[in-house]
Amino acid sequence: MNNIFVYCEVTEECVIADVSLELLSKARKLADELNCQVEAIVVGNEVKVDLEATLYPYGVDIINYAKDERLFPYTTLPHFSIVTKLLKEKEAQICLFGATCVGRDLAPRVSSFLKCGLTADCTSLEIGEHEDKKAGKVYEKLLYQIRPAFGGNIIATIVNPETRPQMATVREGVMKKEIYNANHKGQLEMVNVNNYVTESDFCVKVLSREIEEQKINIKGAQIVVIGGYGMAGGKDGFKLIHELADVLGGEVGATRAAVDAGMTEHERQVGQTGVTIRPKLCIACGVSGAVQHRAGMEQSSKIISINTDSNAPINAIADYTIIGDAFEIIPQLIKHYKNNTK
Amino acid sequence: MSLKIVVLAKQVPDTRNVGKDAMTEEGTVNRAALPAIFNPEDLNALEMALHIKDTVPQTEVYVLTMGPVRAGEIIRQSLYRGADGGYVISDRKVAGSDTLATSYTISQGVKKLGKVDLVLAGRQAIDGDTAQVGPQTAEKLEMPQITYAEEVLYVDDKKIRIKRRLERGVEEVECAYPCMVTVGSSAPECRYAIAKQVMKYKNAMTEAEAAEMNLDCTEMFAKKPYLKIGLWNAADIEAEDSRLGLSGSPTKVKKIENVVLTAKESVNVEATEEGLDNLVKELIASHIIG
Repeated sequence: MNNIFVYCEVTEECVIADVSLELLSKARKLADELNCQVEAIVVGNEVKVDLEATLYPYGVDIINYAKDERLFPYTTLPHFSIVTKLLKEKEAQICLFGATCVGRDLAPRVSSFLKCGLTADCTSLEIGEHEDKKAGKVYEKLLYQIRPAFGGNIIATIVNPETRPQMATVREGVMKKEIYNANHKGQLEMVNVNNYVTESDFCVKVLSREIEEQKINIKGAQIVVIGGYGMAGGKDGFKLIHELADVLGGEVGATRAAVDAGMTEHERQVGQTGVTIRPKLCIACGVSGAVQHRAGMEQSSKIISINTDSNAPINAIADYTIIGDAFEIIPQLIKHYKNNTK
Repeated sequence: MSLKIVVLAKQVPDTRNVGKDAMTEEGTVNRAALPAIFNPEDLNALEMALHIKDTVPQTEVYVLTMGPVRAGEIIRQSLYRGADGGYVISDRKVAGSDTLATSYTISQGVKKLGKVDLVLAGRQAIDGDTAQVGPQTAEKLEMPQITYAEEVLYVDDKKIRIKRRLERGVEEVECAYPCMVTVGSSAPECRYAIAKQVMKYKNAMTEAEAAEMNLDCTEMFAKKPYLKIGLWNAADIEAEDSRLGLSGSPTKVKKIENVVLTAKESVNVEATEEGLDNLVKELIASHIIG
């Protein structure tokens, strides 16, 4: 009762998704503050890793494992039936989902059925109290679901005072994956799938799937060069970004504005609705620095901003600012880098 | 052979074109400075519905929106492009709705339309990006859901086959009616307004719009009933007040902070040969690059 649950997503490769491990790390910290347990929900068929050895070190106390060949690949209704019934039976206090295709399909349906509040794409989760002055009520230890809102000019803290579980989705990379205790042990509870799903849950048939290998991995890169909408002015703006990234041995990232303008692939989007990165070095070229974007890169160890606008918000979080035209400065940086590393 | 399709659409502030005057001096959103547009992915959904209408004979497409009086524009835009009709849910009681309260309101509206085979909606709206209302509405209508649709691969009067766009690929799924489909931006763009439809529907409006313009449309509506855009309040859709608006929203905004940038100590690098060379040397010396 009153535990924190994390829906642990089984990836295409039949392992547990990184985002789920990140959420478990966060859930453990929240659970220690709330003095409750962390429970994982795994719904799928075979997994290629030792589930217990994988999950316990992140601080998981109970693994709820629903295993059935009909549960992979993911379809909404059977996963929905299992998750809602488990959360209800166990009177969950909090439930977290990765903001992936699966999580964003599943979590809202679950919240609708349980008539619970759900906050999408949180960038921070904390525990704190809340006073409802109108009702004269004080709520202890609620989950603060924190996210940028409306154009990114404001940061909103959302609470669900009355409904349980308190639900949130979080993008991959936002929380930090951290081993809690390598020797931590919990218990495995197998879910009797037939008690949870009905035949009609399988009405959506998956006829075929074509899944590609992950090609772009900006999350793991030590150096990321980000191109913003400011690179739209010149011809082949992103070619320069790629050149700089290649020379430095880094990856290319982009702002949403650049992605929406069709300048590069969506997989490269850094920010609240994209990827969160923590590289050693982040070079932001022609990036103004909307809060949603900054949320995805401000934890970089060093940030260099190249911008014609000395008042661009990005400059405020940069360690180095270069005021000037990125189209002129990038080739110079490449030249100086080559000269100094000969 | 006929299908009844409802497309859910939202009028949104155009957050993609945020200009300098989008924020007031106090740091609040200046809604007046943001043009109100048809949520882009809802247009993809409308196109999918019209494509199905082209494929399955006698299919009817209705558009449902929730919002202030001016949201009637969404319905007109839809009629111009080929929809058969539309409804606006407008009521003070729905103000301040979170996604759960919104999906309840919308689902009550869909129920009011009787037997519906297919509900289509954009994957998400650009003013919130939550992608929650689609699946939540599907749950309330007890329909299976197919999210992130990109293409209709096959459709007849019994079932639909959809190509879904996922993070790393595509998936083909099939489902019998009724079902709900959310459509992503990779789906075909919506067709343009058709001149004949524009001529036919340019005076279409809700009674609330007529009242705002001090027009007496009784005669026009009586003569040409298709010009009257449906307008529903909470009572019309038999909604329970406790599930609407702020009281029906389990999420509460505890705090809103303007983003205050606490500036880091940042080094200004001169954009000169010397300045850039020194920067590169410093980064190499501290093993950040190289």
